[in-house]
Amino acid sequence: MIDYSGMINNRLLGIKPSGIRKFFDIANEMDHVISLSIGEPDFTTPWHVRQEGIEALRRGHTWYAPNRGFIELRKQITNYYARRFNVEYNPDNEILVSVGGSEAIDLCIRTLVQEGDEVLIPQPAFVCYEPMTVMAGGTPVIIETKAENGFRLTAAELEASITPRTKLLILPFPNNPTGAVMRREHLEEIARVLEKHDILVLSDEIYGELTYGKERHVSFADIKGMKERTVVVSGFSKAYAMTGWRLGYALGPEPVISQMLKLHQYAIMCAPTPAQYAAIEALKHGDSDIEHMREEYDIRRRFLVEELCRMGLTCFEPEGAFYVFPSIKISGLKSEDFCERLIYSQKVAIVPGNAFGDCGEGFARVSYSYSLKHIQEAMVRIERFLDSGCSGSAD
Amino acid sequence: MNKLLEILSRNADFTTEQLAAMLGQTEDEVKAQIQEYKKQGIIRGTNALINWDKVPDAGVTAIIELKVTPQPETGFDDTAKIVMSFDNVESVYLAASSRYDLIATVKGSTIQEIAEFVSKRLSTLDNVIGTATSFVLTHYKAGGVSFYDSEEEEEQRSLIL
Repeated sequence: MIDYSGMINNRLLGIKPSGIRKFFDIANEMDHVISLSIGEPDFTTPWHVRQEGIEALRRGHTWYAPNRGFIELRKQITNYYARRFNVEYNPDNEILVSVGGSEAIDLCIRTLVQEGDEVLIPQPAFVCYEPMTVMAGGTPVIIETKAENGFRLTAAELEASITPRTKLLILPFPNNPTGAVMRREHLEEIARVLEKHDILVLSDEIYGELTYGKERHVSFADIKGMKERTVVVSGFSKAYAMTGWRLGYALGPEPVISQMLKLHQYAIMCAPTPAQYAAIEALKHGDSDIEHMREEYDIRRRFLVEELCRMGLTCFEPEGAFYVFPSIKISGLKSEDFCERLIYSQKVAIVPGNAFGDCGEGFARVSYSYSLKHIQEAMVRIERFLDSGCSGSAD
Repeated sequence: MNKLLEILSRNADFTTEQLAAMLGQTEDEVKAQIQEYKKQGIIRGTNALINWDKVPDAGVTAIIELKVTPQPETGFDDTAKIVMSFDNVESVYLAASSRYDLIATVKGSTIQEIAEFVSKRLSTLDNVIGTATSFVLTHYKAGGVSFYDSEEEEEQRSLIL
């Protein structure tokens, strides 16, 4: 009999499974659960984009694509970043098309981080940065962002976390789960700290198209002097509702991208071919789709913030992504207890804030990638839950 | 398009307070706007959207196309007004079509009842020169809302992380 635990990579054994899962598993076993827990658009991919994917299959484009991605797609992506975010990249060697933004994050971390390197990870944040760092042999250094700062990373917090071993800073904004956005002035402060150190930045801009209000998302690479030290990761999932197509990309300095490409070549070879054809169409004719979805998210966001605040689940106003991160402290409960009682008594699934880092304790993530009708019903149930004194029993 | 009207057209349940939050306006502004729309006849009422297919013995619906001879000055209006005046007529539209001019939806308790209504009441109108009746078998979507249960309610997304 083989002792498998002795065979598995120790680093991997030490990594906890994602805390988001637990509640989904509970929800899966119950009927009539209203979930506000999913982190992907409720929209389906715009029809004209799907049609291009279908057309690619009809024409028999079923072979591997070039490792780096089709040149036409790379040109469209670099045009898009220049057009929407004012940063110019060379489509020949400063870009890599990946299997979702997630692969690009993994590639970037494994390309840069080695034994003993410290990686700065602001939290609450998406759950992948820490395990990827650990697997690469690096040491995650968590920076806890604060509700009173709108969950933004501040220059002082950054400065205090830098050591001679710091290699990489993760900038996960617009942020999942808090909805926090770093505006130009906030990014400039960060840049001033970084200028003094040899630290690279992984700017995860996957929610870059989903910011609300007049100001658009500012890419960290657009901040003076930062392009040369930044790898931008983004993709098609959130902007164009294309999660299942698995298509993302990394933009950055040639010496870094070319090494990431090596890893990508050996591990993945190339991103899916039909998805790349669909993505070209999305970039060419999809601006109005983005606009339509953003307006819809914005209405839901405003509704949700108003309702949650009215019930006493106060939240700072999230300016990006599609999450609200209310404080659940008035309940006197821990995040996990709050969410567990809520799902058992009112069948509403939301995600405890501490799934996104210890500092998320006392908060919960509420997703608004759901129809208004669905959100309305969930709010009625949450209010009933609070009125019952957060009792955990079904009524 | 006007956002307030768009939201109300999909769901009139929201309080003015909620609408104000969604639109980033004050509650008073929203109230005033709704009053104004009512005054101008833009908002004509708020009905529940009912899927009659699910109501036992709720009868049948038919879509009736009418070919009409237009009249000097009034065009199709006179005929449309007469068609509208029947209580079992739910809606009447003037269409830009080569085949028909007016389209009406009609409710009745049986197919026979509607057939009789068309032959005795509508085809006999002075300027009506032809009709075509289609009976509705299933309502898939109406008033912007899907009536197709399984598609609407089933969550197809998986939580992956």
